[in-house]
Amino acid sequence: MTIKRRTFIAAALANGLMPVRAFALTTGQARSLVDQIVGDINSVIGSGASETAMIRQFEQIFADYADVPIIARSALGNPWRSASDAQRRAYVGAFQSYMAKKYGRRFREFIGGRIEITDAKTVPNGIEVHANALLQGQAPYNVSFVISDGSGAPKFINMFIEGISMILSERTEIGAMLDRRRGDINGLIADLEAF
Amino acid sequence: MLKQGSPIKIAAGVLALGLAACSQPDGLSEFHDPFEAHNRQVHEFNKNLDRMFVRPVGEVANELPDEITIPVSNFADNVGLPNAVVNNVLQGDLGGAITNTVRFGLNTTLGIGGFFDPASAFGIYEQEADFGQTLAVWGVGEGAYLEIVGLGPTTERDAFGTLVDLVMDPIGQVGTKAQVTYALPSEIAGLAISRGQFSGTVDSVLYESADSYAQSRLLYLQNRRFQLGVEAGDTYLDPYSDPYFDPYSDPYEE
Repeated sequence: MTIKRRTFIAAALANGLMPVRAFALTTGQARSLVDQIVGDINSVIGSGASETAMIRQFEQIFADYADVPIIARSALGNPWRSASDAQRRAYVGAFQSYMAKKYGRRFREFIGGRIEITDAKTVPNGIEVHANALLQGQAPYNVSFVISDGSGAPKFINMFIEGISMILSERTEIGAMLDRRRGDINGLIADLEAF
Repeated sequence: MLKQGSPIKIAAGVLALGLAACSQPDGLSEFHDPFEAHNRQVHEFNKNLDRMFVRPVGEVANELPDEITIPVSNFADNVGLPNAVVNNVLQGDLGGAITNTVRFGLNTTLGIGGFFDPASAFGIYEQEADFGQTLAVWGVGEGAYLEIVGLGPTTERDAFGTLVDLVMDPIGQVGTKAQVTYALPSEIAGLAISRGQFSGTVDSVLYESADSYAQSRLLYLQNRRFQLGVEAGDTYLDPYSDPYFDPYSDPYEE
């Protein structure tokens, strides 16, 4: 009995202490946004365009559907605070093209595959839309997309591939790139632009 | 199926040790890496090994027609199933054990010795299981992160698990003559084929990352914890309420 009561109090405390935002976003909206994203990506992959053209189109999709400034800021972490306004703008722009190049190159490996949405559920930071990525000769891969309306509109903020978080991976990468430049944000921006 | 039950005894010992010594980090991006300096040396060695042997062999494998590579990969996947069944049972996952047994039976017979994969056409996919996972189910923490020569990223628990899997693999008892003979060679060939198939992704992690060691560690641990069903505190970190920032400030404004 005591244990149950203690668990209850702990849960109540945890709830009260956690910043909880009200989400107006429905699972249906999140699902249809992911449907659109997947559709757009599939048509780029299926277009047979050159890699440069595909990456340009992919950057447009990323800019349209993702909350790029918030993903960029979250990947940079603490150094964002000390960056100047001009540095922040330059960094977000450089981050966007870096992401398009990095992930755009990967999408080519998935030609002939397809993504099937399975379900959507509410998670602490938005709505997670689960899907199976079906590649020839492989067991289905587990892929999911996190959609949030924290910016005021439903936007893509993260994805998981077999449990690997894009945002955590980019935090490690951007952190290492910044270390390589000994904490110089302008150096980081130059490296991202040259990626 | 188990030989003398000795792996169980070893496992019980590790279980006791592990419960006392292994901690489970509470964030997906957190890690326990007390051997980092040594691990980084092994990582550099493994990268050289990849550059000189594995990657070139993968490139050759990638040039081979699907009619060769797919049957070889199928054969390699199939010979791993009996060991997965043993682990399914040790974990009390009878559903997984049945699925894997049916898959092994179908692919070994209808799939002509395992070269074809009719089971997938029926939606019967492998329910992956290994001894590291079994230890996790039994409550053993992952322990320290390790990078091992030739094998790459793992943890103390999973490295021990790999060793136990090698010893207790029942393919010698239940496999056909061809499966027993070609189990290991086909698994090595299967790895080369995968290296070639996912060349771009592997290259981007190993050769295009600013810190390929840190990136490999993060990828391995997240993926492994996902397979084991670990939910972590920072899985769903909310970038809008990031502790670094005022939650609703315009990122472009001061």
